[in-house]
Amino acid sequence: MRHRISVVALTAMVGVFLLFGGTALAGDTIKLGVAGPHSGDLASYGIPTVHAAELVVKDINAKGGVLGKKVELLVEDDVCKPEVATNTATKLVGEGVNVVLGHICSGATKAALGIYKEAKIVVMSPSATNPSLTQSGEYPNFFRTIASDDAQAKLEVDFALNTLKVKKIAVLHDKGDYGKGLAEYAKKFLEAAGPDKAEVVLFEGITPGAVDYSAIVQKIKRKGAEAVIFGGYHPEASKIVTQMRKKKMKTIFISDDGVKDDTFIKVAKKYAEGVYATGPKDVSKNPLAIKAREEHKKAYGSDPGAFYDNAYAAALALLNAIQKAGSTDYDAIVKALRTNLVDTPLGKIKFDKRGDAIGVGFAMYQVKDGKYVEVK
Amino acid sequence: MDYFLELFLGGLTRGSIYALIALGYTMVYGIIELINFAHGEIYMIGAFTALIVISVLTMLGWNQLAILAIATLAAIVWSSAYGFTAEKVAYKPLRGAPRLSPLISAIGVSLFLQNYVLLAQTSDFLPFPNLIPDFKFLEPYEGIVRSTEIVIYVVTAAVLVILTVLIKFTKLGKAMRATAQDRDMAMLVGVNVDRVISFTFIVGSATAALGGVLIASHIGQINFYIGFIAGIKAFVAAVLGGIGSMPGAVLGSLVLGWTESFFTGYISSDYEDVFAFLFLVLILIFRPSGILGRANTDKV
Repeated sequence: MRHRISVVALTAMVGVFLLFGGTALAGDTIKLGVAGPHSGDLASYGIPTVHAAELVVKDINAKGGVLGKKVELLVEDDVCKPEVATNTATKLVGEGVNVVLGHICSGATKAALGIYKEAKIVVMSPSATNPSLTQSGEYPNFFRTIASDDAQAKLEVDFALNTLKVKKIAVLHDKGDYGKGLAEYAKKFLEAAGPDKAEVVLFEGITPGAVDYSAIVQKIKRKGAEAVIFGGYHPEASKIVTQMRKKKMKTIFISDDGVKDDTFIKVAKKYAEGVYATGPKDVSKNPLAIKAREEHKKAYGSDPGAFYDNAYAAALALLNAIQKAGSTDYDAIVKALRTNLVDTPLGKIKFDKRGDAIGVGFAMYQVKDGKYVEVK
Repeated sequence: MDYFLELFLGGLTRGSIYALIALGYTMVYGIIELINFAHGEIYMIGAFTALIVISVLTMLGWNQLAILAIATLAAIVWSSAYGFTAEKVAYKPLRGAPRLSPLISAIGVSLFLQNYVLLAQTSDFLPFPNLIPDFKFLEPYEGIVRSTEIVIYVVTAAVLVILTVLIKFTKLGKAMRATAQDRDMAMLVGVNVDRVISFTFIVGSATAALGGVLIASHIGQINFYIGFIAGIKAFVAAVLGGIGSMPGAVLGSLVLGWTESFFTGYISSDYEDVFAFLFLVLILIFRPSGILGRANTDKV
């Protein structure tokens, strides 16, 4: 008897869930998924995107939403790990998202993209810069509001050879998708510049999270490198820079937007001075960017963090595309993204055939008096 | 030759860092044959405790050396308390259980402490100030070796000597050796086994905390995850040297540090870890119980 009661209860419960599930699916909202690292040691890259999405959605909902429907946010954490990102993607697809803003890290994005592709969902990342994501042509559902790594590598190499006029360069990376990809492009561009202009004296991957990098630092010194181009994130960069400066090495350090993060300066402190890093172009004079920044200050009481403008632009572009497409149909959204210019904090943008935003690029920054300043 | 010396010293630094953590690992294993996976987390908690104390005392404008001394002391006391509690809560109830149970429990403690610090403190990297003063006599050699590294070498050697004396020549050390040899028999002849084990955890945690302060000073940054990687490397070093043996832990750590340093320096850092572990496998093929380990058939 008891057994039977529990079976009945279970059936009832499942029924109730199905009922709720059904209503949720038929709900009259546009679902915008937001995926990225919201906890863990790279959370500082992901949180600003959540903030941007929240602000854009609040704004748009206040103006009546998209296609007359309210926009609903579905925020999921992927801690920047590919193995977690696939679960994140599956979960978002299961919850019925219409479009996804994310993911943040290239490795995680790549892992998740296949799942979205099968479900025919448009994904737009504010920060995943791995070139093959768009250039391979494998993911027609992928768009991004940031230039790809080879653009960064090109800028780093041009800057080193033409502005700083150094010749012997050590290229290092952290063996990750992002860092290694960037380093390989840098090496390619350096080699293309010709042996009388540039010489790659060292090309190596370091082990992320190691307790000490003195061996590699000594090797940089021994190879006589005038500059180091590093592909990777700020924890390793600050350890290497600190050890180089403590060993009285003046070697120039050039890195990427994984290092153009205020945490780098906070951790490396005085040793961060003079370090170069590429980052998205300064858009501080764009009126929409100013508005976005003020909204952030008002809502969260602080300056926005990494990729905030890109995320803000991506959220606007996605929702605008749905509005222009007139539906949440995959093909219509893709077409709208490619044809309609949208006004964003990054300027007026649309997307090319491969999914890269036209008119978005990088600039070189240097740490001066504890702040990143654009190098003119 | 200079390059060789630099790599040698770099390897010595790495090795000493591993050794400071490996000593506690190996000591606990020697007494109760438990691979205490939470040991790396105790080291991380030591570093965090020191950072908090340093921040507070720096704001009060204390003398640098006094801050360092008090922060180290606080880290040792606090970490020891964690080590002691972890043993009482997670390992003692499982003392009669099959060997795997306390091992799983140790992994649980490790995850718990990591996430506890993540939630209670932050996920960000925090800068850790270097309070070890620059020694005057080292100035001509600054490009090669710094005072922090010298302090790490000296402290590692001192910890090894103190622990060896403690185990070989004190009454408590005798009780520890008895417990290690045969717990039941030790109990029968009146050794308070529970107290001996608690004491072992306290001493092990204290060395880990000391390591935490020194290593954080050397690296200049900490976060909740540093204990995991350092713990794994220290564990490998302890196995390499012969787990359960104190000099073995230090020797294994140094061998590992030098292997990594020379391999990076002369060949490539791309396969640094691969090579380090390959070396471990090779040594274990020829000496299955580690460089200084005794052959002991009844241990896993």
